Amino acid sequence: MSSIKIYIPGDSAAVSVGADDVAREISRLANDSKIDIEIIRNGTRGALWLEPLIEVQVGDDRIGYGPVQVADVATLFKAQFLSGGSHALSLGIVADLPWLAKQDRITFKRVGIVDPLSISDYQAHGGWVGLQRALAMTGEQIVAEITESGLRGRGGAGFPAGIKWKTVLETTGEVKYICCNADEGDSGTFADRILIEGDPFTLIEGMAIAAIAVGAQEGFVYIRSEYPAAIAKLSAAILIAREFGVLGGSVLGSTHSFDIRIRVGGGSYVCGEETAMLESIEGKRGVVRSKPPLPAIAGLFGKPTVINNVLTLASIPAVLADGAGSYKSRGVGRSLGTQIFQLAGNVKQGGIVETGFGISLGELITGYGGGSLSGKPIKAVQIGGPLGAYFSPKNFDIPMDYESLIAAGGMLGHGGIVIFDTSVDLAIQAKFAMEFCAIESCGKCTPCRVGSTRGAETIQKIIDGEEFEPHKRLLLDLCEVMTDGSLCAMGGLTPMPVMSAMINFPEDFENRVGGTK
Amino acid sequence: MTLLIEPDFGTPRSKRTEKVTVIIDGTEVEVPADTSIMRAAATIGINVPKLCATDTLKAFGSCRLCVVEIDGRKGTPSSCTTPVADGMKISTQSEKLSRLRQGVMELYLSDHPADCAVGDQCKVHGMAREVGLKEVRYSGATHLDLPKDESNPYFTFDSTECIVCNRCVRACDEVQGTFALTIENRGFEARVSSSGTSFIDSECVSCGACVQACPTGALTEKTLLTIGTPTRSVITTCAYCGVGCSFKAEMKGDELVRMVPLKDGGANEGHSCVKGRFAWGYATHEDRITSPMIRKSITDEWQKVSWEEAIAYAATGLKKIQAELGVNSIGGISSSRCTNEEVFVVTKLVRAAFGNNNIDTCARVCHSPTGYGLKQTFGTSAGTQDFESVEHADVIMLIGANPTAAHPVFASRMKKALRKGASLIVVDPRQIPLVRTPHVSATHHLQLMPGTNVAVINALAHVIATEGLIDRDFVNARCDLESFAQWETFIRLLENSPEALEEFTRVPAETIREAARLFAAAPNGAIYYGLGVTEHSQGSTMVMGIANLAMATGNIGRKGVGVNPLRGQNNVQGSCDMGSFPHELSGYRHISDNDSRAIFDKKWNTTLQSQPGLRIPNMFDAALAGEFKGLYIQGEDIAQSDPNTVHVHAALRAMEMVIVQDLFLNETSKFAHVFLPGTSFLEKDGTFTNAERRINRVRPVMPSKTGKSEFEVTCDLATAMGYPLSYENGAEIMDEIAAVTPTFAGVSFAALDAAGSLQWPVNAAAPDGTPTMHMNQFVRGEGKFMPTPYVATEEKATRKFPLLLTTGRVLSQYNVGAQTRRTANSIWHPEDTLDIHEADAELRGIADGSWVKLASRVGDTIMRARITDEVPAGVVYTTFHFPESGANVITTDYSDWATNCPEYKVTAVEISPSAKGPGAIHEHELDKNLQLSSIVRMANQIAANIPSDGAPEIEVAHHLVQFWTPTMLRHLHEDVDRSLLSPVVIKALEIESVSN
Repeated sequence: MSSIKIYIPGDSAAVSVGADDVAREISRLANDSKIDIEIIRNGTRGALWLEPLIEVQVGDDRIGYGPVQVADVATLFKAQFLSGGSHALSLGIVADLPWLAKQDRITFKRVGIVDPLSISDYQAHGGWVGLQRALAMTGEQIVAEITESGLRGRGGAGFPAGIKWKTVLETTGEVKYICCNADEGDSGTFADRILIEGDPFTLIEGMAIAAIAVGAQEGFVYIRSEYPAAIAKLSAAILIAREFGVLGGSVLGSTHSFDIRIRVGGGSYVCGEETAMLESIEGKRGVVRSKPPLPAIAGLFGKPTVINNVLTLASIPAVLADGAGSYKSRGVGRSLGTQIFQLAGNVKQGGIVETGFGISLGELITGYGGGSLSGKPIKAVQIGGPLGAYFSPKNFDIPMDYESLIAAGGMLGHGGIVIFDTSVDLAIQAKFAMEFCAIESCGKCTPCRVGSTRGAETIQKIIDGEEFEPHKRLLLDLCEVMTDGSLCAMGGLTPMPVMSAMINFPEDFENRVGGTK
Repeated sequence: MTLLIEPDFGTPRSKRTEKVTVIIDGTEVEVPADTSIMRAAATIGINVPKLCATDTLKAFGSCRLCVVEIDGRKGTPSSCTTPVADGMKISTQSEKLSRLRQGVMELYLSDHPADCAVGDQCKVHGMAREVGLKEVRYSGATHLDLPKDESNPYFTFDSTECIVCNRCVRACDEVQGTFALTIENRGFEARVSSSGTSFIDSECVSCGACVQACPTGALTEKTLLTIGTPTRSVITTCAYCGVGCSFKAEMKGDELVRMVPLKDGGANEGHSCVKGRFAWGYATHEDRITSPMIRKSITDEWQKVSWEEAIAYAATGLKKIQAELGVNSIGGISSSRCTNEEVFVVTKLVRAAFGNNNIDTCARVCHSPTGYGLKQTFGTSAGTQDFESVEHADVIMLIGANPTAAHPVFASRMKKALRKGASLIVVDPRQIPLVRTPHVSATHHLQLMPGTNVAVINALAHVIATEGLIDRDFVNARCDLESFAQWETFIRLLENSPEALEEFTRVPAETIREAARLFAAAPNGAIYYGLGVTEHSQGSTMVMGIANLAMATGNIGRKGVGVNPLRGQNNVQGSCDMGSFPHELSGYRHISDNDSRAIFDKKWNTTLQSQPGLRIPNMFDAALAGEFKGLYIQGEDIAQSDPNTVHVHAALRAMEMVIVQDLFLNETSKFAHVFLPGTSFLEKDGTFTNAERRINRVRPVMPSKTGKSEFEVTCDLATAMGYPLSYENGAEIMDEIAAVTPTFAGVSFAALDAAGSLQWPVNAAAPDGTPTMHMNQFVRGEGKFMPTPYVATEEKATRKFPLLLTTGRVLSQYNVGAQTRRTANSIWHPEDTLDIHEADAELRGIADGSWVKLASRVGDTIMRARITDEVPAGVVYTTFHFPESGANVITTDYSDWATNCPEYKVTAVEISPSAKGPGAIHEHELDKNLQLSSIVRMANQIAANIPSDGAPEIEVAHHLVQFWTPTMLRHLHEDVDRSLLSPVVIKALEIESVSN
């Protein structure tokens, strides 16, 4: 009799709530009962409130149970979970869960489903189709397909990927680079990490396609030091990919050569800014470069460089495999394809929601998120990371796409959505925005280097109840200097949460007396 | 007179030729493509506010003051980092831009002292006023309690004033190339750091580029704080090395406050080194002698006397000697550190007033082989390029030179070229810093044994010839084919292969082959060399070998290539140009040439001798033989800088009238009877000529401390000797030089003031001067190849003296240290040390920092040991900046066969632990018949080395007549022991006596 397959996520989020302990306990009890099981440490499905979410392969279906703790394992065995038996933690067929079934997973197609380091599993689930197609195309043709798809950079800037690649393709040079930005510094975001831990081959395939398109032979993945499990997973995947022939002197037997190296960050948020990232990869201090020149023309070591976020590159195989037409059939306006939203903070059902652009903010928060975890009313939602704007429930009808958010005074960023209930004090949040900038500032330009410290000090004075009007005036002036004067988007966007907090939640700023509201 | 403030365009000039047109604040302007908006605006007088931008450094984008608005583009980009595009419309002023600029200044002032110690030299407060900031509304954390770093003797670093604009870091990187500065921490705590320690302990070389770049009072010259703000500037030229940096001497009244490099300086383009920038205090040092002194015997005390008395005493003494021993019994040494005008007058003193050709200069001991070697091959004895040429080189071969120490401003240029991608081949026994320095590393380091230069150059040329890498198109078009054919046959001989020579050179044959291929394959290959080439027994041979290599690879006649001798002294090129040679008149015309002499005979109203006079080493020999007893020495300390100190001291003692004209009582003055005080460069009005043949003006910054200019003193002596001589000023002297020297025909003070500087030749064919020489043809017409067989020096390592000593210089001290030892530079190099390899030290029980006795066959001295891997085993190294170290007590009389340039770079020595302290110099006894044995040795050496095509005796005879005095020839004919002469010499003597 063949072993029973049990999927227990090895993803860091699942591990942080006990998945490794659960796996050990299940293994122990199965051993004691002399039951033959095969545990596969898959990625997370992204329904983080259900973790640890274990799945048992029963016939063609995967039956889920979650969230499972060590203490639950004995009762699971008693309930015959290995044949899909019913239990208090039963979830039924995981793929049918409305939370997952409603989503449109293109980039995250395999995450949580495959064994991340099984190349046969990858292949069985549609892996390498995009790459093989790309190998039969010219660089111009690949770039045209990407442009046609409407794919925009998912790191935060939203720049059309096809146009960036076209610039690199058309810049003459023997040496070109593909750089993947896996620094994911925004608080409340985790999609890059989950993808790398759950389906690293997708990223490798995407980078290989990029290399073939623009004529690069070397790629770097710059990954933050705070993601050790992802670093280990990706390192292993690269070794396997080389053995398999996807990386190395002859990609899948072709005349193209391409290989990838990992570079680990040193604890700096600003190294997620593309030019500071390049400086860091070059072994220098992570300081922002002025533009021009654009990295696409003179980037890493002065060579033409494609810099894309993990999610952008991980979307490439699907675009090539299924065609631009399929990708752009999702989304609205100029925001085509799917976005990977990350619900976090004070939320009942947090995690990964991949769906076409255009979904409303309210649908994400209540429809998917299920409202606040505390049960108290939601007071504020920050979209796009620590530099994003704070919205109130009044804005729940905003469609989630690049242009609509900008029109509403905010930005989409990397897709992080952090939910706060009525216990939040937006003045303290505004101060945090300045403090965060002050801690992470590279120090090169005056508005950010000095301004962020002065901003935190000024907001503290407001919090302490000092005369509001003059400090508000000063803060507004400072925000203008930082927005329009900063060298990069860190100083440039820090005023966004501050201004949105002051405008949308004025009650938290006025009439404060000695530190309280 | 006012303070010269050079305009700052904000970003460097674009090198593009294509032009674009933009409209700035309504005014149209046409500029080269890639020019920044900031610079384009500055060219039409619109000075966009800035603090972190300066035109000697690449745009950075830190301060954010220079923001502008561009039609059709969102936002407010910085104008320093944004290049113009054709048709762009830019506004540099608007309400929004004003608010942004005021906001930036408000942030700066919230963490800046309210009062700056340097007043308006700190631009922050002024900029706040300029942008209209009314008040600073912030109060919070500051850096105002950070301590000052005053460790460097010349400048302070006050971090409380720092605005973290990074200009200092960028200057240290981009201009100087030392990379000693960085920013520590990030964000608000970002602070400038000098390698993580104090400035004096860091890698900083004190070049001053950061001080110059700093827009605030953070980095400031100490003199600015102690003396005050300068009010006027005088543009002059540095008096240290052959780079010849142009400076603005900034004065407050009559006091020099600071020397600031001139951006318009042709040689230095706004950069400097620690010596020129800061070490000028010697000019007003208490050791300065300002009144003339005489004494009867060198053991008497000096007596201060009037100028008249001193001159009369000197003249009487010299005339007496001539009356007793003949007209050739006195001579002069001109200074390679004095101006062209002063030197020219000294040559006139000797040739017209003394009536002989016994005039020489310190080029004798440094680049005289360059003079000989390049004259033979190219037709003129000077470097072929200007400094800017290095930026166009693809492969640089650096032989026997250490430019980061001896020509620092040029080294910074070279490093720039290397960082941009040029390759470097270093040929040197030592691991000089350039072999591996930040962002630069030599592709090949040919670490040869001292004395094997010619073997290496032959091996390199052999590879090029035998592997088909000769540039035949160039050779056929530009060179004398007969000499080339002869050379090619010679260089292809197996004895010149890298494999055959490896046992002598100790350079692996494969390394030579790879280096040769790299050089030959370069589109532009340039050779730079220094005293490690010339100060050898085959110095002239090596220079010819270098010229051969350059011609064979077609690397002459355009930018980026050439043969580049790194001339040492500030005016050694000039001193040679002026004819301070016993065999040459100004412009390198041989004294035997009747037409050349006729020009001078007419102009000077005299009859010049037609035969060569004595070179400095020959003067010493003649003194010991009782033939030469009077010497006028201007600005040179032969007792410290010439080799074989015991020989020099004995020679000086044997003389009856030694006149020293100098700033300080130096080693030579211990043997002098008359001391005539000289002037420092700050008091001179004349010109210096640097290694690029660039004639630069030297302008007086203060009046002469002695009451006379140096040329006045020389004129007075000439007059007292019976040859009336006087000039109104330096300009008049230069006019005379131009009148008698064809390569200087177009030079005058007026022309120099107009052009800034001129590179000779300056004549009707080249009225604006000549940056690159031999562009269409060589000065001699076709380039001549000279065979260069390797002849090992006789100075060999023996059982008794198994190690080889070589010498060199450091950055902070200059040559004999007369100037730099009298400044704060001694903090970096308070004594000369002996560099020893670990293996040699261990074998002898020598510890790092302990006292060591250094001995050669001519003398010994005691120095402190420094164990290092910069020298290979078997080689030791020292410097000669302190008289106490006695480095030249050790060096011998061996010299270059053609020019007698001393072989400083090869001395067989032994070292042993010593209990005693420094000095304790021990001079050995001299050979009784020194003059005759020198003559024998020199003659044999010429015979063994002179290039010839089969009949060397003819060449030897010719050489003797060209360069030896009649008296020396007579000794060779009549007085030496013939059995000691080589057969070739004997044959040559027969030829020579027949032609007489």
